[in-house]
Amino acid sequence: MNLVDLSGNLLFVAFIAYLVGTLLFGGAVKGSKNEASASNKRWGKLGITVTIIGFLAHLGYFITRWMASGHAPVSNMFEFTTAFGMLLVGAAILFYFLYKSPLVGLFALPIAIVILGYAAMFPRDIQPLIPALQSYWLTIHVITAAIGEAILAISAVVGLIYLLKNIDLTKKSKERAWIEFIMYTIVLVLGFIVISVGFRAVGYEATFDYVDKNGAPAEVVYHNPPLFGMNEYSAKTEGTMEPLAEMPPIINAKTLTTFTWSVIAGTLIYFLIRLISRRRIAELVKPLAVKANSKLMDEIGYRSVLIGFPVFTLGALIFAMIWAHEAWSRFWGWDPKEVWALITWLFYAAYLHLRLSRGWEGRKSAWLAVVGFAIIMFNLVAVNLVIAGLHSYA
Amino acid sequence: MTKQQEREKKRKRQQIIRTAILAVLAIAIVYTIVVNVTKDEDIVEVGDTAPDFELVDLEGNTHRLSDYRGEGVFLNFWGTWCGPCKKEMPHMEKYFKEFEDKGVNILAVNIAESDLKVQSFANTYGLTFPIVIDKTNSVRDAYNVRPLPTTFLVGPDGKVKKIIQQEMSEEQIKAYMESIMPS
Amino acid sequence: MSSIKCECGHLNPEGTDICQNCGRPLSTEEKSKKLADMRYDGAAIRSKTHKRTVVDKIWNFFSSVKVGVSIIIAILVASAIGTVLPQVFYIPGGGANEAQAAQYYEDNYGIFGKLYNALGLSDLYGSWWFMTLVGMLGISLVVVSLDRGIPLYKSLKNQRIDRHPSFLKRQRLYGEGRVDDPDAVMKKAAEKLKGQRYNIREKNGALLAEKGRWARWGPYVNHLGLIIFLFGVMLRAIPGFYVDESMWIREGETLAVKGAPGLYLENKGFTYDMYTQENTDEVFSEAIDRVGTVASNYQTDVALYETPEGALPGSTNAEFVKEYSIVVNKPLKHEGFHIFQMDFKLDEISAMTFALEHKETGESLGELTVNLANPEKEYDIGNGAKVELLDYYPDFSGFEDGEPQSATPVPNNPAFLFKMTTPETPEGETSFVAIRQTLEPLGENTYKLSFQKADTRNVSGLTIRKDKTIPVIVLGGVIFMIGVVQGSYFNHRRFWIRKSEDGKIQVAGHTSKNWVALQRELDAVSDYAGLPAYTDQRDKEAQTDKMEGDSRS
Repeated sequence: MNLVDLSGNLLFVAFIAYLVGTLLFGGAVKGSKNEASASNKRWGKLGITVTIIGFLAHLGYFITRWMASGHAPVSNMFEFTTAFGMLLVGAAILFYFLYKSPLVGLFALPIAIVILGYAAMFPRDIQPLIPALQSYWLTIHVITAAIGEAILAISAVVGLIYLLKNIDLTKKSKERAWIEFIMYTIVLVLGFIVISVGFRAVGYEATFDYVDKNGAPAEVVYHNPPLFGMNEYSAKTEGTMEPLAEMPPIINAKTLTTFTWSVIAGTLIYFLIRLISRRRIAELVKPLAVKANSKLMDEIGYRSVLIGFPVFTLGALIFAMIWAHEAWSRFWGWDPKEVWALITWLFYAAYLHLRLSRGWEGRKSAWLAVVGFAIIMFNLVAVNLVIAGLHSYA
Repeated sequence: MTKQQEREKKRKRQQIIRTAILAVLAIAIVYTIVVNVTKDEDIVEVGDTAPDFELVDLEGNTHRLSDYRGEGVFLNFWGTWCGPCKKEMPHMEKYFKEFEDKGVNILAVNIAESDLKVQSFANTYGLTFPIVIDKTNSVRDAYNVRPLPTTFLVGPDGKVKKIIQQEMSEEQIKAYMESIMPS
Repeated sequence: MSSIKCECGHLNPEGTDICQNCGRPLSTEEKSKKLADMRYDGAAIRSKTHKRTVVDKIWNFFSSVKVGVSIIIAILVASAIGTVLPQVFYIPGGGANEAQAAQYYEDNYGIFGKLYNALGLSDLYGSWWFMTLVGMLGISLVVVSLDRGIPLYKSLKNQRIDRHPSFLKRQRLYGEGRVDDPDAVMKKAAEKLKGQRYNIREKNGALLAEKGRWARWGPYVNHLGLIIFLFGVMLRAIPGFYVDESMWIREGETLAVKGAPGLYLENKGFTYDMYTQENTDEVFSEAIDRVGTVASNYQTDVALYETPEGALPGSTNAEFVKEYSIVVNKPLKHEGFHIFQMDFKLDEISAMTFALEHKETGESLGELTVNLANPEKEYDIGNGAKVELLDYYPDFSGFEDGEPQSATPVPNNPAFLFKMTTPETPEGETSFVAIRQTLEPLGENTYKLSFQKADTRNVSGLTIRKDKTIPVIVLGGVIFMIGVVQGSYFNHRRFWIRKSEDGKIQVAGHTSKNWVALQRELDAVSDYAGLPAYTDQRDKEAQTDKMEGDSRS
């Protein structure tokens, strides 16, 4: 088995281990009246063991891929997102040992699984580095930033637990609507995965010619039925669906099509779940969170921001500036990705100030943590795929 | 001194410190904003001493700007392809003759074109004033010339009197030359 | 200025929450709380001590954390708005021409784009109001740090060892109870705390154990770092501190380095490499198949020259300094200037070769090659034939009044006016030769110049930077990181233990964060010394649900 295959297999092992780990943590939480009981400890220990095995396999994927390609595997969307998933699990393990709470694992692992699934939808081949990325700063900057983001993400995980426990889902409220919306967005990601896997399984492909925004002719390949056509499109593949609408040149109709399909599939799944269970998703998940110690969740959330913030600053801003100074001749250039890293940083700075000086703890703090994670995800997904800039390598 | 007075004094001192800090910060910020918003890229401005340079003309003679100290210099940056340059060059030639003896010189700096091209241009328009070629762009950079033609009027004292960043009419050329005549 | 007199006799400045001497609650608000507000150790925040003049009002405005956070949020939102459409410096042409930029936004983004540009959002980060916001953040940082840092410093420096029992009672971790031998318990506790690297001070039967006080300065240190950073950014506005230029340089050219007087660069060759199946490792083959061409290297080989001190622009006495290959990520560095590989244009025509042919027989008398950068006046072909180059039009754009015109000095569409002299045509024939076009203005010719081949060369786009503010920026960044690590990874922990005459012992603990670790330490001390049991007075759920992280569970 060569390194590349080995790497792929290790990633698969990690994926399975995270699934099993989730179930074990679930057992740890469910099987006990409160979190500190004996059976909780047994299940929890099993859970963390499997999680660590998964993490080591994941690390093995990372190292073997690094060895195979000769550069840190963080150079495109698949690689970065996969690494982020790995670091998220790593951060969850760290906090498990700091606070011995299986709940963090129970909620962090599914999120890591969804992130890995999302990553797998992007091209997985090993790409050679373009000139701009040929620097050891790629390794330093990206990995440090990702570690920071992963630690910060833990605050969102426990924030979510806090909110699920403390929001009264029986009464209509803004909070209840928002927490359900968060559940819905997670289902949308599942929708994206289902759509991508589904159309890939049937081998769907439709090629179109179009005129790009510089007025030059170009070609685009859709992997799902084209709901939206590119600017001045004409079909190259016969018998494909006729796009419903043509988009102006600045809008990438292919991305929009994939997005729309994901929303359709995700919404269908969402309503299916609601129909079958006759409950909100938040209500389905809530029993897993009710045993949480709110104060502890709040403390873990705050701690993770405190630990993650300096790492994020170092990786996403300071190392980024040093590299930008070497590669692009300026340490700061208001590139969208840079700006969103700054926005993330400002947001967590505001979080800390509100918490320390204005006493925003508990519920407010939990909401802020969730929003912070949304900003991080926006920077990862939307800024890369929608807002074009210097960082659009994927 | 009573405690009351002592406090009053302390309060006054604090007032002064606060005022000073706020004033320094405000001035620094306003200065930064003004400089950034009104960012102008002119390196050479009216009133500055025109940066000295030396360039070689088509005959092989070296011209150094400072050699003309005491006389006016009509410093014109141009290119053979530039339309307005073609129009104003004949007028410049006309007044060159007239003002040569009155202590006003013309120095036409071509931006990095080939000798052949510049020579054929000079022949076509029958230009007799010195034409130098800035092969490395170093003089253009020193004056930060952007649009062509750009003309710097350099007085007998070596200072820039006026910067013209557009085509000049015959009358304007005459008036400009008069303006830098040594008295 | 009024002051508050505590029961213990200490005079506290107005706005003090907790007596700086004994620790009794002072303000009515503080008295109503179950737990002491320990954020600034109860010291009066300076801005709250008086409000009178305009200066005080401004000062108080910036001293408010609420205002500070509002400014942060405003900058955050503005920054986000600036990423909706590309900023003006990222559009083609870099927005040097305002009308052109406006056109670009309207053409590409319709009415929204037009509005975006008209509102100034296309140059948001350079706008006066955005800079004002950042400036306000700077003021806020200065004022907040002075207002909170100084009183906190004084308060911690002068803190009393024997605080009032009410102060201890109002701490989050608190316990009290009778023990058999209070002195022995206190002694053992002190011993254990010392082992935990606490700094112990005792007075009048009270004990104060403290460690990590310096962590409390973290926020002020990182604010200082940010202030220095912003100051560094501000320095750019001063002429000479910041150079940012770009230049195009063709292979073979020697040009002055823009923005760096006295420096000259010769372009010795530009290389553009791509990954191919042949030159790359096998693991990449799939990706190369899928993506097609992937660039692997952009490189300009240059020679750097410098004129001696005091040399005039235009002088030709530059001396060789060094050769270097400028690659992306590896700029050429010299005297504070950095020269970067930023852009390129491939295959600009640099020379054209023609053959002098007889039009009827097709017989060639020989060839000539015109170097477009430096064309010669006359080309001797041999066999008694010569070609004179009367004029040359690098970017031929048509005729105007019968005169050929050139739109730019760049050889995009070269055209030539030749005079051909051969033994057969000794008086010479004139021919105008452009790409795919030959004119014979002075009558039918016998000979023609037929195009043979063109040589091309590449053009490198370089950026020149010099930033004298970098040391200040770096200093600011380093101090910020130190402060943030100091404040985040270390914490300030204190225990107060006090025995009363009736044999009761009070114990209280406080930490700036990470209460779990504090409890762990207190548990160890309690176990060892037999201190009375304590509770976490903040933890409502703790009564029913034991802390998970508790080491005793």
